[in-house]
Amino acid sequence: MGVELVAVTSEVLNLEALTAEISRGASGDGAITAFTGLVRDHNQGRRVTFLDYEAYEPLAVRALNRIIEEAGTMWADTRLGVHHRIGRLEIGEASIIIVAASPHRGHAFAACRYAIERVKQIVPIWKHEHFEGGEVWLEGATADPEDEHAKQAAYKIACA
Amino acid sequence: MRVTVRLFARLRDLAGAGELTRDVSAPATVQTVWDSLVSEMPSLAEYERTMSVAVNAEYSRMAASVNEGDEVAFLPPVSGG
Repeated sequence: MGVELVAVTSEVLNLEALTAEISRGASGDGAITAFTGLVRDHNQGRRVTFLDYEAYEPLAVRALNRIIEEAGTMWADTRLGVHHRIGRLEIGEASIIIVAASPHRGHAFAACRYAIERVKQIVPIWKHEHFEGGEVWLEGATADPEDEHAKQAAYKIACA
Repeated sequence: MRVTVRLFARLRDLAGAGELTRDVSAPATVQTVWDSLVSEMPSLAEYERTMSVAVNAEYSRMAASVNEGDEVAFLPPVSGG
């Protein structure tokens, strides 16, 4: 039973399964790092009740694969898996999981951080925030994968 | 020629539909398709400065040419993670 390294899914995310897939048959690894993004109960002074995530799925999968390729050029010995959940998510549920494996902990941490920063820049997924008293579509970055400034900004954060 | 238009998030809400078909005359670009949409739905216009576009589920540009049967997507600033 293989787990894809990239997924955009309405299913509950399974960190254990993604970690197992990343680790499979790799005895040269010295470190695995994981990031889990959660739905929190407040945002910009609003009391959030739940989030509804929407994706342009085929492009979101391509953008996630692109991020993994980018990280692969920056930390060549490091492997990444990224799963993003879509649909209605309750407070405390995981919206994204990222796992990085590497011979070296520094590379694993950096690749993990780089991936989440790039997700927020270029993956076509949107949060529809439902809060006490209303709802709003959150809008962050204008997605442009060719924007080298954004890419460098993510790299700098990853290596800070 | 006929193209499929995909709209997401608040753009979809403003248009009242996530998928539309549009007839535009060839030769056409993504800009042609967008202008045709905005002429019918002026409330979309504010997104021209901040949105991204895709053709057949690949990021593209407003000046890119569009062919019969293409899927043209307009994407508000993203907020995943």
